[in-house]
Order: sequence, then C-alpha cells, then structure tokens
Amino acid sequence: MQDGISAERAAAMIPDGASVMFGGFLGVGSPDRVIDALVARGARGLTLICNDTASPGVGVGKLIEAGCVAHVKASHIGTNPTTQKKMISGEIEVELVPQGTLAERIRAGGSGLGGVLTRTGVGTVVSEGKQVWEIDGESFLLEMPLRADFALLRAHEADHFGNLTYRLTAANFNPVMAFAADCVIAEPEEIVPVGVIPPDAVRTPGVLVHHLVRRPQ
Amino acid sequence: MEAKEVIARRVALELRDRTLVNLGIGLPTLVACYVPAGISVAFQSENGIIGFGEPPPDGLEDPYLTDAGGGYISALPGAAAFDSATSFALIRGGHLDMTVLGGLQVDSSGRLANWMVPGKIVPGMGGAMDLVAGAKRVIVAMQHTAKGHPKIVEALTLPPTAARRVSLIVTELAVIEPTDEGLVLRERAPGVSVDTIVASTGAKLLLDGGRQCRSFRLRAWPPEAHASAPCRHRCHRCRAILLERACHVERLA
Repeated sequence: MQDGISAERAAAMIPDGASVMFGGFLGVGSPDRVIDALVARGARGLTLICNDTASPGVGVGKLIEAGCVAHVKASHIGTNPTTQKKMISGEIEVELVPQGTLAERIRAGGSGLGGVLTRTGVGTVVSEGKQVWEIDGESFLLEMPLRADFALLRAHEADHFGNLTYRLTAANFNPVMAFAADCVIAEPEEIVPVGVIPPDAVRTPGVLVHHLVRRPQ
Repeated sequence: MEAKEVIARRVALELRDRTLVNLGIGLPTLVACYVPAGISVAFQSENGIIGFGEPPPDGLEDPYLTDAGGGYISALPGAAAFDSATSFALIRGGHLDMTVLGGLQVDSSGRLANWMVPGKIVPGMGGAMDLVAGAKRVIVAMQHTAKGHPKIVEALTLPPTAARRVSLIVTELAVIEPTDEGLVLRERAPGVSVDTIVASTGAKLLLDGGRQCRSFRLRAWPPEAHASAPCRHRCHRCRAILLERACHVERLA
C-alpha cells in the first residue's frame, strides 16, 4: 500500500552518477515534478536513458541545461540545441540508438532476454562493434539489453497498489521502462483508491512500481 | 507549382486504400493533404497512435495527444493509442505498408542517407532506421538537387540509414525506381525533359521507354470543396501547411 512521497524525496533517493530512465516523447509524458526536483537539488553526473532530450526548458531538457547529465542514450537530440552544444564541447557523452531498438533493448532488459536480433542498423554506423547474425540468409544485429538504476515514469492514474494507467501518446516509453529498472518511481496525475482502476485498464501492474509521487498538498 | 507540392501530390498517388502509412517529419507530412478521394489511409505517428486527424481548434488541445514532431493533433473515431514498444513492433514487424521519408542522398544501389551530416548536424536517427528496415514500401520524397548539387549520386558520401534498397524516389523532376539493374527513370514531371533529369542526377539512369519517358499527371488541386472547407480530408497538418502558403490562407479566410 502506497501513500506517495514528495517529488523532493524522490529526487533525494536518486544519487549523483545514477543511470535513470525517463518516460516521455518531446516532453509529452515525462515526469516533470521529479525533473524539477532533480534540478533543484543540483543532481550531477546522471546517465539519461530516454527517447529524446526534448527542448530547452521542457522535460528532460531542463536536466541538460542545469548540468545534471554526463551521459545520454537516446534516439534523437535534434530538438535540443543545448544537448548538441554540450556533446560537441565534450561535457555530455551521447549514444544514439534507433528508436525501435531503444524500446526493444529496454524491453529485453525488463523481460530477462539476453538481447534482441534486429534488421535495424545493419550496414550503418549503428552496427559498428556489434555481432551480426545470419538467420535464414538475412543479417540481424545483436542488440544488448538495457537496464537502469531508476525509472521515472509519468502516469495518468495510479491506485495505492501502484497500478498505472496512461493517456494517449503520453504512454510512449513509460510502460516498457517500468520493467527495466531496480527502482521504479511513478508520477501520476492523481492517486486513487484501490479498486477505482478496473483490472482491464491497468497498463503497468502495481508490483513493478516502488514509489508513487504525490501532488503537493 | 512549388517543388514540394509537386512531390507531395505525386507521392500521394502511391497511397492505397486500407493501408497503414507513416509519414516522416518535414516534406513527407504534406502528403497527408493530398490523399486521393475515395481512399482511406490510416496514418501512424510513431510516438504511439494510429488514426490521428487535424490539429484541434485553439484552446482545445490535449497535452497528451501529439504527433512525432510534438505538434498537437486530434484522434479520429477508431483511433488507437499504444506505447513505443508496440509502435515499433508495428514498424519493424512488417505491419506498416508504406513509409514516406525525406532524403539527403540516395545512391545508385538505392541506399538512402537521411539522418546525419558528419561534422555539421547530428540530430539522431529517431525512428528513421527502423522505418527503412521495417516498412513494406519505402518512398523517398525529396528535392532532386540541393544548392545545385545532385542528391541522387553514384555512391553515398553520407552515412546510410539502412542497407536496404528503397522502393521509389519521388522528386519535383522525376519518379525513379531502384532495381537490381540500377536506377530506372519511370516518369518525368510535367514539362520536364529527360535531358534535364539526366543533367541533374549524379548517378547513371536507365531510361524506361527510351527518351519518351512518360510524364506523370497530377489531378487538379485543390478540389472545389477545398475553397470553402478548411480541410475536406481532415489532414492533420493542413493548418500548419496553410500558414506557410498565403494563397491558401486567403482561401480559408
């Protein structure tokens, strides 16, 4: 049974240097209150695993600007000039991962798979240093599973068991990341009593969620 | 007619009824404005929705309903929303009938480069590598040249997006199909000569039908209905596009 913790408490649980998955697609469906609290506490040296780095002042873009980040694993940084600047200056190390491969690597990390074989990236710079498997005459890249110390999710509703729902395109990477971190912290719009969310509507089972972030009183 | 409009309208003729289509950001999004009458296409946005419509009126935007470019959209009746793993299973698993992508270069073997210029722009590949590797048909919609230099070249000088050969290249001058034998010139744009196309192309073109290569035809556009209604086809980008094009804005007013 979870009553929820404050965003500040959640940010305090994440040590400098931790690897953290953030849900969100260009800032839509990203855990904004915990991001603000991480900026406020002056987090440093984080490894961000996320689809993109949004834009300056939006979503995880705030962490980039505030100097909280040392590494980024993402599919796209083109919408955030600050990420590009810091990548060129060497302040941030960026690993670009094709979007579908990022989703599947996280899924593999959360589902106990030893990796995934995919056509994506064959014959491109993405294949450098990776094993190529020939299966039925076709080439596949072996992509390794991805896990993190923390996953920070944005949900629509949560109940006190941690069951989560999402809305429309705000789901994006959140459901898959819920499986792939040692500590999962979800920031819902609202925490509702157990039983309010019908079992069929639950998209992330509560057993995966360690902490809920409640709204400020 | 502007080059981009010619390209978008010709690509739209490749759309087939009851198919799932993903349009890349930029020029390819224009294709949604020219869906031929009587054809029903489901557009996917890779951030997690199939069946989205035009942007909602001001003040009615839903902050949780956006496209892959981050713009507000609406959900049409019958739309489906899903997470990123599902979205890319659709793309990578052979469920996507067609994708239309922009291009920086295509080479004589039909390989596409469209995601970075070393030392200049490194935005990241986003979903481009997945789309080229996974869609049943890959159509490259791009201008024939950039600053006077051919974008169709013998060998790529930019990093490829995938090893796979694309299905079709559509430019404001021509429709070109990469095949085992090489790049075949299938159609020329109205009023464009074969010589002009050959002179603007940096790779060997095989002439389909000799020097008389047929010219593609574009239906009259916009249709009458467009003059009074903002968007008869409920295309999701119409407003943004119309803002770019003063003549249409006038029509809307």
